[in-house]
Amino acid sequence: MKRLIGLMKLLALTALVGGCALPVFAQEAAAPDPMQLMMDNNSALRIGLDTVWVLVTAMLVFWMNAGFALVESGLCRAKNCTNILAKNFIVFAASTISFWVLGWGLMFGDGNGFMGMSGLWFVSGADNSPALGEAYASMNPFSTAKYAGVYGAINWTPVPLWAKFFFQLVFAGTAATIVSGAVAERIKFGSFLIFSFILVAFMYPITGHWIWGGGFLGSNNFRDFAGSSVVHSVGGWAALAGVIVLGPRLGKYGKDGKVHPIPGHSLTSAALGVFILWLGWFGFNPGSTMAAMNGTAIAHVLVNTNLAAATGSLGALLTAWVLLKKPDFTMVLNGCLAGLVAITAPCAFVSIGSGAVIGFIGGILVVLAVIMFDKLKLDDPVGALAVHLCNGIWGTLAVGLFYDNQIATDIAALATGLGRGAQFMVQLKGVFWVGLFTLPVCLIVWYVIKLVMGGIRVAAEEEVEGLDIGEHGNEAYPDFVITQPAGIHGISRGAMAMSEATAEVRIPKPAAN
Amino acid sequence: MKKIEAIIKPFKLEEVKEALSEVGIEGMTVSEVKGFGRQKGHTEIYRGSEYVVDFLPKIKIEVVLSDDKADTAVETIIKAARTGKIGDGKVFILPVEEAVRIRTAERAEAAV
Repeated sequence: MKRLIGLMKLLALTALVGGCALPVFAQEAAAPDPMQLMMDNNSALRIGLDTVWVLVTAMLVFWMNAGFALVESGLCRAKNCTNILAKNFIVFAASTISFWVLGWGLMFGDGNGFMGMSGLWFVSGADNSPALGEAYASMNPFSTAKYAGVYGAINWTPVPLWAKFFFQLVFAGTAATIVSGAVAERIKFGSFLIFSFILVAFMYPITGHWIWGGGFLGSNNFRDFAGSSVVHSVGGWAALAGVIVLGPRLGKYGKDGKVHPIPGHSLTSAALGVFILWLGWFGFNPGSTMAAMNGTAIAHVLVNTNLAAATGSLGALLTAWVLLKKPDFTMVLNGCLAGLVAITAPCAFVSIGSGAVIGFIGGILVVLAVIMFDKLKLDDPVGALAVHLCNGIWGTLAVGLFYDNQIATDIAALATGLGRGAQFMVQLKGVFWVGLFTLPVCLIVWYVIKLVMGGIRVAAEEEVEGLDIGEHGNEAYPDFVITQPAGIHGISRGAMAMSEATAEVRIPKPAAN
Repeated sequence: MKKIEAIIKPFKLEEVKEALSEVGIEGMTVSEVKGFGRQKGHTEIYRGSEYVVDFLPKIKIEVVLSDDKADTAVETIIKAARTGKIGDGKVFILPVEEAVRIRTAERAEAAV
């Protein structure tokens, strides 16, 4: 069988070389070197395969929007379901426009250490991709063409410019959609939409430039393979800023500091959403090679990704079982995502065993973080801060703690040559700079939107009635009677008129009959 | 005529319906309701915090029948719906003034 395949390959190659060579012979020009033709054909095949890989994985990442829509709507109340679905849907449309108009240019345009300066608008800069630049030569011995263009920081992949653009666009969209869950059930639809446009046009691409666009972090050995920092921490910091400016949902925290849980309306949605995200991550991380190469790297990264999701789920399950007495399924779902976020930066720099440990710690962290954010009265209905911010930071630091130079050379082709301690310090600095920029800038943007739009939070009456009717004029489930879930049924419209938004109102319990 | 309203545990509906048909009572109206009596609610845990669910799901069966069948019906319901544990529910018996069958305009016991 093996011999047969070998024979077929040889035949195919002969036909390829012969087929291309024939017309040249017919014109009786000087005979080209058959070896050169074979190399050219192999290069074309190589670029074709790499492009298919990049575009298919990008489509998987696009599909993560569906995952986020289901997770977030499932973990919120039925009366806000249309609103959350609408936010998750429209945010990708907004991201597409923002990233096309300006985001890509700021992120990948040649410029200084802080931001891109060339080819800023509408991805219009010079670029001769698909080209096999010198940087790609190590992966492709047939490489001869030189890269010429203004998006030099991403010339290490040979795929066409629009494949690079689409792959990076779906990542930018992911960062923006993270915000939606944390600010859910109380934000004005319009305010969220405007913030999404601004996030993807400015904040996301600037820190992205620092790390992936040739900026001061990436060129100083900071490593984030698929975006624990670039995508998840940035989305998390933006979400934290939104949560701070908005305040908690009505009835979530009592005056005595007691947490009144607000259960989500469909764990079926939430579970399907996390399955979709788990699948999508097989595009997110392995696709970040942006080339299929000889297959070793994408297989290593994919297995690391899957292991971290598995150990993250188990870590959260055990932590919830021990700390909260029951293996709360919503925590397990968050644990899976925590493992995935945590492995996103280190997946191509660490061994498979390290990947399992990183995911497991992520699963433990996410449960503790959910409880911590509730203690701090930072109301995050879906656990986006615990998943994306905490584990984005954890994953970025884990690159240093578990860094393996040999794997970084073989898998990521981005070795730094540093020891674990030194790499950890570099990672820590990167985490610091990303937070120091993104959180204050996002706070300012949220406050400016609040000022300009006359508030970013819906009226108390609308929050009680549900944002579906208030923001969109219709409901997700018009055939059903929607009741207040337990824990917050004390909030009535009458009580709302009398009390401030943060006051806790509980109807006295009826006497037993 | 009497109307019998029985609030029972949801999983007992099938048994009660079959027991009633066995004693010749065929028609009934069933609704999904919520409420509590001495059983009160129960606590649930969501993402690390406990909360009380006051209103538990129950099934309400309504049957209208002639006076002489009322006692049999009540006994049958009690027998079929009882588990012996708190939360089994209650049966209410109410007088009915009049009944009309919409299709034929028949009245009183001919209509039930």
